[in-house]
Amino acid sequence: MSASASAPSVSLPIGKGISDRLRKKASRHVKERIIEFLLFCAAAFSVFVTVAIVWVLVKESWVFFETVPLSDFLFDTQWTPLFDDAHYGIMVLLSGTITSSAVALVVAIPLGTVIALYLSEFAGFKLREIAKPFLELLGGVPTIVYGYFALTFLTPILQKIYPDLPGFNLLSAGLVMGVMIIPYVASLSEDAMRAVPMSLREGSYAMGATRLQTALWVVTPAATSGIASAYILGISRAVGETMILAVAAGMQPKLTFNPTEPGATITSYIVQVALGDLPHGSIGYQTIFAAGLTLLLMTLAFNLLGYWLRKRFREVY
Amino acid sequence: MQIPSGLEAGVEGDLLKAEVRDLDFYYGGFHALKHVTMPVHDRKVTALIGPSGCGKSTLLRCFNRMHDLYPGNRYAGGGIVLHPDNTNLLAQEVDPIEVRMRISMVFQKPNPFPKSIYENVAYSLRVRGMRNKNELDDRVEAALKGAALWNEVSNRLNELGANLSGGQQQRLCIARALASDPEIILFDEPTSALDPIATASIEELVTELKENVTILIVTHNMQQAARISDFTAYMYLGEMVEFGITDQIFIKPTKKATEDYITGRFG
Repeated sequence: MSASASAPSVSLPIGKGISDRLRKKASRHVKERIIEFLLFCAAAFSVFVTVAIVWVLVKESWVFFETVPLSDFLFDTQWTPLFDDAHYGIMVLLSGTITSSAVALVVAIPLGTVIALYLSEFAGFKLREIAKPFLELLGGVPTIVYGYFALTFLTPILQKIYPDLPGFNLLSAGLVMGVMIIPYVASLSEDAMRAVPMSLREGSYAMGATRLQTALWVVTPAATSGIASAYILGISRAVGETMILAVAAGMQPKLTFNPTEPGATITSYIVQVALGDLPHGSIGYQTIFAAGLTLLLMTLAFNLLGYWLRKRFREVY
Repeated sequence: MQIPSGLEAGVEGDLLKAEVRDLDFYYGGFHALKHVTMPVHDRKVTALIGPSGCGKSTLLRCFNRMHDLYPGNRYAGGGIVLHPDNTNLLAQEVDPIEVRMRISMVFQKPNPFPKSIYENVAYSLRVRGMRNKNELDDRVEAALKGAALWNEVSNRLNELGANLSGGQQQRLCIARALASDPEIILFDEPTSALDPIATASIEELVTELKENVTILIVTHNMQQAARISDFTAYMYLGEMVEFGITDQIFIKPTKKATEDYITGRFG
């Protein structure tokens, strides 16, 4: 773009009086620069906030890891930061997060996918236009409501089936969390399926395929990358979900992968400490930054996985 | 195979594969086909020509009931009688899936599935429930040979169909349509997205295919119709203006409108 790069080898006329229309306009130039700067500021703001959050987490975690060795953090099987005999085994909280997320995903992924397939490939236009807003409404319910729904409605029902189930448990919280995630999985998967061009469906029907064959053998494989990102988003939501678990899962740190037991997750532990009256700067207070950093690394890993899946399976239609 | 010397001779001497009889079709409120009548001769190439919006693709898509996929489309009278069954394809009691199993289609833009070359061709067999690996292998090979693609892809059957060039993709779609041994293949402007060399290979293929299959082809390219078809139908505004032996239509059309279109004075 630079003018000097194309220095003319022959001298071309640039008349003494450049006509006004051709002359560069200072005002236009300035206006462009101002707009460009404002747009840059808007973009930079989000980057700045992200960097600031990571900075705080890493800095505070650093203080924590100066006292607690990383090996204890990763391999200790107890999480008792507030006891005299303090242990800082993140595996305990991680087990609660993994167990509750697994329960949620067992609900959300099959149901979400089936709903998406139905809405995209089978439902009529009118039904889809009515059903989709309702589905998305399900995702707009505040999670605290889901939490009490799990605690006061679902747990008593589960206790009738399985009388030994404690009042606080990961199973009930996980199941309700699954219901909460369904709309994200279903809505995004449906978008991905709808984006599959009609020509592929017509090709399939023209070969004598049924609707189900077309949906399962042509549309779903063609939408793989979008469906995979829907799943990844579902996983991220499950890992990061807080209130349902804080309310219904019991906040008792315990190394267990059994969903019928109570448990604490990384997020519900952070709520517990943040609401408590631990003095700032104490090692107990510092734990929430280490836990938060773990959570951030987990969601980052899933985002990267989602990015890789999108690139790997992207369909060029 | 006898070559008909005139339209009447053709009708009597040849077998008919299908007959369009007084067909009316609506897109919602739009009357897209008006009392269309036309014979389809067995194992011949019949070309449908006419300006955009004349209804030639609409007529083609009636043959495999593609219009059933979208709400608001309506077969409003008349029908398409398929021989030797002597059955109206458009009748309510006829299963469109069975129709599509016997009348296959190749589209305007190559649309291979996001699957391997092998699975693309095997698709029309798999939807029929064929599981036997040896039988599938044989049929896939035969279809790829029939579509003149085997030599180019025999050593990379597991690659994605989308990795092929445009012309190869279209031949893959033809192989896919051939795999199930259809009686009729519908071509909807099969070369409009291809370069001249790929077009020539598809045209040659179409001429070879008519040994075994009846072919209906919609084309915008009149030279193409003249080169490859035995019969030509000229449509305008949803009506069948003229149907006849291709040579006759192109050399001495009986209607002024046909002559104007063919000579490029209009359209």
